[in-house]
Amino acid sequence: MPTAPTPASPLVTLRDLTVDFDIGDRFVRALHGVDMEIRRGETLGVVGESGCGKSITWLAALGLLGPAARTGGSAVFDGQELIGMRPRGLDRLRGGRIALIFQDPASALNPVQRIGRQIGESLRLHRGLRGAAARAEARRLLDRVGIANALQRLDEYPHELSGGMNQRVMIAMALAGEPDLLIADEPTTALDATIQAQILDLLRDLQTETGMALALISHDLGVIADMADRVAVMYSGRVIEEAPAHRLFAAPAHPYTRGLMAALPDIEGPRRRLETIPGSVPPPHALPPGCAFAARCPHVDGICEVSPPPLRPVPAAPARRAACARLEALVRAPEPAPALQRQEQRA
Amino acid sequence: MSLDALPEPLLTARGLARHYGVRLPGGLMGRRATLKAVDGIDFELARGEILGLVGESGCGKSTTAKLVLGHVAPSAGEVRFDGAPVPVDHGGDWRRLRRRMQMIYQDPLGALDRRLPVAAQIAEPFQIHRPDLSRAERRARAEELMRSVGLRPDQADRFPHELSGGQRQRVVIARALALDPTLLVCDEPVSALDVSVQAQVLNLLDDLRARTGFAALFISHDLKVVRQMADRVAVMYLGRIVEEGSPEEVLHAPLHPYTQALVSAAPSPHAARRRQRIVLRGDPPNPVEAPSGCPFHPRCPVAVARCAAERPPLLRDAGRAVACHLAQTSAGGFAPAPLPQTFSGAA
Amino acid sequence: MLAYALSRIGRAAITLLLIVTAAFVILRLTGDPAIIILGPDAPPAAYEAFRRNWGLDEPIFIQYLSYFGAVAEGDLGRSMRDGREAIEVVGERIPLTLALTLPALAFNLILGLGAGVAAALNRNSWIDRAIMAVSVMGFTVPSFVMGLTLSLIFAVKLRWLPAGGAESWQHAILPIVTMGLIGAAIIARFTRSAMLEVLGQPYIRTASAKGVPWRRVILDHALPNAAIPTLTIVGFMVGSLVAGAVVVESIFSWPGVGRLLVSAVANRDLAVVQTILLLIGFTMVAANLCVDLAYGWIDPRLRAGRAAPAK
Repeated sequence: MPTAPTPASPLVTLRDLTVDFDIGDRFVRALHGVDMEIRRGETLGVVGESGCGKSITWLAALGLLGPAARTGGSAVFDGQELIGMRPRGLDRLRGGRIALIFQDPASALNPVQRIGRQIGESLRLHRGLRGAAARAEARRLLDRVGIANALQRLDEYPHELSGGMNQRVMIAMALAGEPDLLIADEPTTALDATIQAQILDLLRDLQTETGMALALISHDLGVIADMADRVAVMYSGRVIEEAPAHRLFAAPAHPYTRGLMAALPDIEGPRRRLETIPGSVPPPHALPPGCAFAARCPHVDGICEVSPPPLRPVPAAPARRAACARLEALVRAPEPAPALQRQEQRA
Repeated sequence: MSLDALPEPLLTARGLARHYGVRLPGGLMGRRATLKAVDGIDFELARGEILGLVGESGCGKSTTAKLVLGHVAPSAGEVRFDGAPVPVDHGGDWRRLRRRMQMIYQDPLGALDRRLPVAAQIAEPFQIHRPDLSRAERRARAEELMRSVGLRPDQADRFPHELSGGQRQRVVIARALALDPTLLVCDEPVSALDVSVQAQVLNLLDDLRARTGFAALFISHDLKVVRQMADRVAVMYLGRIVEEGSPEEVLHAPLHPYTQALVSAAPSPHAARRRQRIVLRGDPPNPVEAPSGCPFHPRCPVAVARCAAERPPLLRDAGRAVACHLAQTSAGGFAPAPLPQTFSGAA
Repeated sequence: MLAYALSRIGRAAITLLLIVTAAFVILRLTGDPAIIILGPDAPPAAYEAFRRNWGLDEPIFIQYLSYFGAVAEGDLGRSMRDGREAIEVVGERIPLTLALTLPALAFNLILGLGAGVAAALNRNSWIDRAIMAVSVMGFTVPSFVMGLTLSLIFAVKLRWLPAGGAESWQHAILPIVTMGLIGAAIIARFTRSAMLEVLGQPYIRTASAKGVPWRRVILDHALPNAAIPTLTIVGFMVGSLVAGAVVVESIFSWPGVGRLLVSAVANRDLAVVQTILLLIGFTMVAANLCVDLAYGWIDPRLRAGRAAPAK
């Protein structure tokens, strides 16, 4: 029986989360047992390239994947098991204590409803506010997220607002339920760089003010580096590395993470030829028996192709975990991997 | 530097502008207004050089690409390619010019014909411009181009939707290079690609340039990518160039307040500490209602009275250029505009 | 908005003009009303008198201009069969046609929308497949085949319902069901694809993520957005309230406008045909205009001007 969390225990814990999609004649596994946890007030960055499962993880935990998906494993939020929870219970949590915001805010808002009404829906469902009280609160929320002329905006439609403003509206809607956890799925990807900076700033501000935890999902390593306390790196439906943010980016352990860092061009520092990861991500229905990254890994060995390596503590850094069979060799290698070397030079 | 006359640049733009008449809501028939997509820009591109064009939405970089390629006619000014004005009438001259200038797009799936196998699409330029080649010869050249961009010959008869995003972009590049163009216009060529694939495509472009020596107009919102690829960088805002220089100059020592904000807004995992970030207020501007004076002054954190009244001209000095009243020293040289007093972000 | 409305009305007027002109020309070139109405054995003098009486001896464009002159004054001509005003002849049939088409429209909407939404919500299930299969049959089977088949089963074999005529409300059942099934099939397909499109949109996921119960998501977020494309086809059906019953009325011997049109064309009863065409054209055009205006009301994005906000 799940127990209520103590201040030390995490707010949300995902254990061995699996997702299978029904594609007609069979099921294809998209998530292969994901473990993640977030503490109160913490920011967890979930990073990976397209198809790695970073969005699916959280949609699955909240039951938002639709009938074609079968979710297994456990997702515990403040002592309540989310997987298999009755729809009514999930509806109460979603938009209330757990809020989500998505990419491309312009299409994530109902185009034929006014802004005030859409925020009012959240206020009615989760705080029981209606009429003038709801309107006043909606206005206060829009103010809080930095939208000028809030009263006027309440009566406008999403297409009359810019992308940045629409994302603020989404954040306001999320705040309406007074969440303990905000899940932000690529919240700034569709926005211009200067607007992205504003939105990330706003999120940080709100976190400081409300103490809510943040799960920030992004493919942009820079955004994650800026915002996250801890980072989980995903590849092919698994978490392959997990570490405090500054440690991860200073010295990545898993070969994939290293490859990503080396492939990223940089504004600062000298111009260098980018290191590329050869090959491409294996399709979900044709995964190899061993490590999914084996075919592309510069350090692959026989043991890598036997079975997918489990997520385990990194030698000499127990707060960090990585899913690699060759960690010992990598961490104490006489010749560090090129990416690692570059990091050390810069430090 | 030789004392002979410098070779004429491959591409020159002088006072280039493109305005559109639009109708805004209001009144019986709507108000007439002018959308100044590009509002008077000057630049030069030498043979074999890559000019990076950066800016956010509404800055006019995509319209600049269309003007350079002759897809739209300028409302004012001119653009010259190899000594002659770029034709815009889609007649014989314009079509012949396609042999020498080509474009690479952001969305490779949209740029390719869904119903034709990729080898046929790569061979299509030969069909149009080299009627002297036989079918077998065209096919042979197409296969050679595929090899040069890293595609396998067995992929020749695949359709675009059967390939990955990175592979599709390689097809687009192969097709663009088929006739050995002198100028390549790349409009966000890697924005839709994952980091690891992006690195592959950028390296490929680098290699091909080393081999064939094409010049390029490289348009991107991503400063990291522009720094990686460009020999020179121009920053656009509301249809004008506000700063220009080498990538190191513009990105490491930005003069214009907008460039400063843009650079500080670009997050990067390689930065070891949390930067002090300049966060601009407000949304990217609307090119229909451009402000008086300096177009940036409503959002500029250090604007003074003069900025609202007088539009700063783009001043050039030995390859460096900036359009800002506050970026001049009394001695007539350039100095970075002062940084704002307060920053946001963690101290 | 005014300019928009004016241009729509202008276009409508031109459409009407073209319809009537085409009918005018074709009817006069393909048969002589005098012979058809008086019979082939009447004396030549009678034909001449007939033609002179009806102005058929004049050149065609004179006839055309005098017709439109008369229309401008509200005179739509007289029936060549019984000399009554064409407006009266047509007008007395309208209620009978509406007695079929209005209930059929209601049938279409209720059954079609319901089936379409049910299919979309249960995508790829047996419900979906069954509804789609039946709907394909519904709109590929021609209306006369559908009508005759239903008539055969329910009127001839089972003798539950009368086969023809318009004496009682039972007589209306088969015609209404015939039209209703076909219309419902079309609406079901349209509604299904509109709903599927809407259900795939990000804002539906947002609504769920806000904790809105699924039923409310469908009612408050999905249906209003799916209504927009569905409105097009409904508008078309409203437009054919008067015209859509031609075949069905003929099969079931229902004395409405459709049957009148058939006999008037056969008889080259020019004024009646033209009046009916004007009526159909007007209804269709008015329905389209209403749909256009309704779009503006439902979809706020269409009300605004063309200028997009900055990103």
